[in-house]
Order: sequence, then structure tokens, then C-alpha cells
Amino acid sequence: MSPRRINAVALALLAATALGALLAGGLPSPKPAWAAWVVAALSIAKGALVALVFMGLAQAPPLWRRLVLGWLVGVWLAMGVAGWLGAATA
Amino acid sequence: MDRRSRIHADSLVGWVALVSEERLSGDLALWLVVLLELATFGLGFVAFAAMRGAQPVLFAAGQARLDAGAGAVNTALLIAGSWACARGVAAGPQQARRWLMGAVAAGLGFMALKGGEYARQAPHLDVEASAFDALYVGLTGFHFLHVLAATVVLGILAVLGRRVSLHALETGALLWHLVDLLWLVLFALVYLWR
Repeated sequence: MSPRRINAVALALLAATALGALLAGGLPSPKPAWAAWVVAALSIAKGALVALVFMGLAQAPPLWRRLVLGWLVGVWLAMGVAGWLGAATA
Repeated sequence: MDRRSRIHADSLVGWVALVSEERLSGDLALWLVVLLELATFGLGFVAFAAMRGAQPVLFAAGQARLDAGAGAVNTALLIAGSWACARGVAAGPQQARRWLMGAVAAGLGFMALKGGEYARQAPHLDVEASAFDALYVGLTGFHFLHVLAATVVLGILAVLGRRVSLHALETGALLWHLVDLLWLVLFALVYLWR
């Protein structure tokens, strides 16, 4: 992996973190629902970059890539469903 | 060799080359631990989301006490540590030491900031009465222990310096990247997702 690519990914991760924090902190409460989903999408995008580039899963056997990326997307979907079910049964 | 056989042979060679280029970075045993950790934290994340859905007022009050700015700085520290680990692996065992020391510094910074957050939160926490407090302390505390472990491992690798193999270097870096990956979800869920 080239140092230039590592640097670019790290900068993208920092920019996405700043964007997420600004979005969460800058909007007045109660925050619109779309803001929560943008935060989730940024978390998935950042996690995918860490998994594919830093953990080296882009060059790994597909099974491992699918397991980790599947966890990343699946855990956010499960959290969304769990939050909805929790609210529905409260 | 006729044309059909040659195409088959070429395909086979290409497939073998493709498979041989695919490799896991780090030790297989740690990758199995990675899967176990992802499953464990995943259950905790889902429990947090479910309880927040059931008790929105309690969780909104709890999240309002948290400093998202400090959480973002901690995220940046973990990303910086991941960057240093990746640069260390790319540099190879002969030149990895300074990169590993950078990652250790990021880990120490994370723990210092988090320790300060715990100290500020302590007077308000009631883990027996509040589901938010119990899950906040449980999830972030468990993650804190992982940061501590990863920092110690990278510190040992840095001390060993050039005696470390590339495999050991990749395995130590993998532990840090796991900690980073978990935090990226944890930070968004506990600090930002309101």
C-alpha cells in the first residue's frame, strides 16, 4: 500500500469525522431524522475505508471482506430496527 | 495446444495468480478474535439502540451531557493511530518504530481524554438506575480496555524495533484498526446519533 494512498484515506476519514460532528452539533434540536441517517452513512463509509484500506481487506479473500463489511452495514440496520421496535413497544 | 485448451490454461493461471495475491494482513487467530469482538460489540450497539427507542427522554438527557467535540477529537486520535500503523506496516520492520511510537502517543492521548470525560461524568452516573449510564459505561469502558491493550501491544512492538517480523507488525496494526473500526460506530451511535 502506497504512503500517498494511506495519507489520502486518513485525510478523508478526518474530513468525514469533522462533517459528522458539525452536522450533529450545528443543527438545532430536535434534529431532523435525515441528520441521524447521514451520521450513520458517514460511520459506514468511514468503517469501510478502515476495513478495506487499513485492515487490508481490499486484498483479502472475499469471505473476510464480506464478513466485516456485512457486519458494518448489518449492525446499523439492526440498530435502526431495534430503535424502531424499542419505540413501538415502549 | 489447441485454442480451447490454451484459453482454459490461461484462465487457470490467471485464477491461481488472483488467489495467490489475496491474503489476510495479520495473524489468522487475531482475525477470528476480530469476528468475535465485532459480534460482541454489535450486540451491545443493538441493545443501546433498542433501549434508546424505549426510553428516548432518558437517553436524550444522557447524550446531552456528553461532549461530542471531545468525542470527535478522540476519533481523530484513533484515525491518526491507524494512519501511523498503516504507514509503519508500509515502511516495514526496519523503519516502523517511529510510526508505532506515533500510534502509541495517539492511544495515550485517547485514554487521557477519555479519562477526563469519565472524571467529569462520574458525579452524574448511576449505572444501577439508568440504562443510558449502564450502556454508556459498559460500551465505552469495554472499548477503553481495548485501546489500552492495543497501545500496550504497539508499545511492545516499538520497543522490540527491528527484531519484529512483518507478520507481527501487521498483527499489532490489525488490533489497532479493530479498535478504530469499533469506535467509528460507537462514536456515531452514542455521541452523534440523536
